Amino acid sequence: MRLKKDTPVERIWNGIYIENPVFCLILGMCPTLATTTSALNGVGMGVSTMIILMLAEFIISLIRGIIPDRMRMPAYIVVIASFVTIVDFLMEGFTPALYDSLGIYIPLIVVNCIIMGRAEAYAGKMKPVSALFDGLGMGLGFTIALFLLGSVREIIGAGTWFGIKVTPASYVPVNIFVLAPGAFLVLGFLVAVMNKLKIGAGRRPGVDPTQGNMCGDCANCMKLGMCGGKTECIAAEATGKEEV
Amino acid sequence: MEIIMIAIAACLINNVVLSQFLGICAFLGVSQKSESASGMGMAVTFVLTLASLVCGVIYRFLLVPFHVEYLKTIAFILIVAALVQFVEMFTKKFMPSLYEALGIYLPLITTNCAVLGVALLNVQNEYDILTGTVHGFATAIGFWLAIVILSFIREKMVYNDVPGPFKGFPIVMITSALMSIAFFGFAALK
Repeated sequence: MRLKKDTPVERIWNGIYIENPVFCLILGMCPTLATTTSALNGVGMGVSTMIILMLAEFIISLIRGIIPDRMRMPAYIVVIASFVTIVDFLMEGFTPALYDSLGIYIPLIVVNCIIMGRAEAYAGKMKPVSALFDGLGMGLGFTIALFLLGSVREIIGAGTWFGIKVTPASYVPVNIFVLAPGAFLVLGFLVAVMNKLKIGAGRRPGVDPTQGNMCGDCANCMKLGMCGGKTECIAAEATGKEEV
Repeated sequence: MEIIMIAIAACLINNVVLSQFLGICAFLGVSQKSESASGMGMAVTFVLTLASLVCGVIYRFLLVPFHVEYLKTIAFILIVAALVQFVEMFTKKFMPSLYEALGIYLPLITTNCAVLGVALLNVQNEYDILTGTVHGFATAIGFWLAIVILSFIREKMVYNDVPGPFKGFPIVMITSALMSIAFFGFAALK
């Protein structure tokens, strides 16, 4: 599927499938693993990240001309942290149950690699509307990944889906899937399935942070150049060559 | 006594990586060789302890008196970023040997969510400054332990024949799952 670059549809498709932040770029692992104990929590986290991502990318793109190049990192951090604080308040007020179950991971959206990575790689260079849709696409991709992971864990681990019982009464839930090890296990298998599909379709597998020379903290160290080029930049190379 | 329990809980029972999922990026990225894993662990210990202390002090003596607790997320992330820069400059100038050991890992820590996470947890659990700093230190030791164990396993795993789609990231995830199950054993310490 070949689409015109930087159009809204292309950006959304790019975020959901071509450069899915979780399955292809392996970004934002902390919330992905931590908040997917149920499908609802996964979607809640995904949607709040998506809103922050869209707003932050839009604003950063608007002010990209007036930020001095050397000050862009702290400026991005302040923009992102402000939106995170606003969303934190809104969730505390309007969705208290979700707020309690996501807990500390809402303020931690500030350090989500996806947001910083997109701010640097896309919003800092592109027009506001493209940046907004890039945020929407990436956010949807993230939400879908969290929804999948949360659904698998909830159905196997608790026998329910969005809190409704879906398995037969004879099924004994495998509790460990909603606990910490289940997160690692399910994500490992889902990425393996994605890799299998890609190898089958003749495309190279996505970025693999575990194969980096030093750091897999791709968005942070590699694209932001914070390591001053002291480490090998595998992820940036791989995304650059990824055929669209 | 309570402070020792908090330290043991932070280090082993609620291990920062294997049960709280903080600092996963560094955990995956710097675990290929045991030397670099150990270097990263050391750098995280250094920064996390210092950051817990500084964030604790600023929260207690600046944010609380002015009733702007809601600014904690913005304040903490800026403190961590500035602190890392400062530590880098300081060690470069005055402790070159320490800089040699930690240097390349320091800039990666700014956005390591474990650092911000612990600072926020200290506020959430209402720890005082001493308890918060000990909590930060113990958390970092837990991170160090987890990343070094993973790097040892991965050094052995190089010789194994892993099926194609599982190569790299997926097999590391499954290894982490098994480590996480093993760490459940520490729950009995409570």
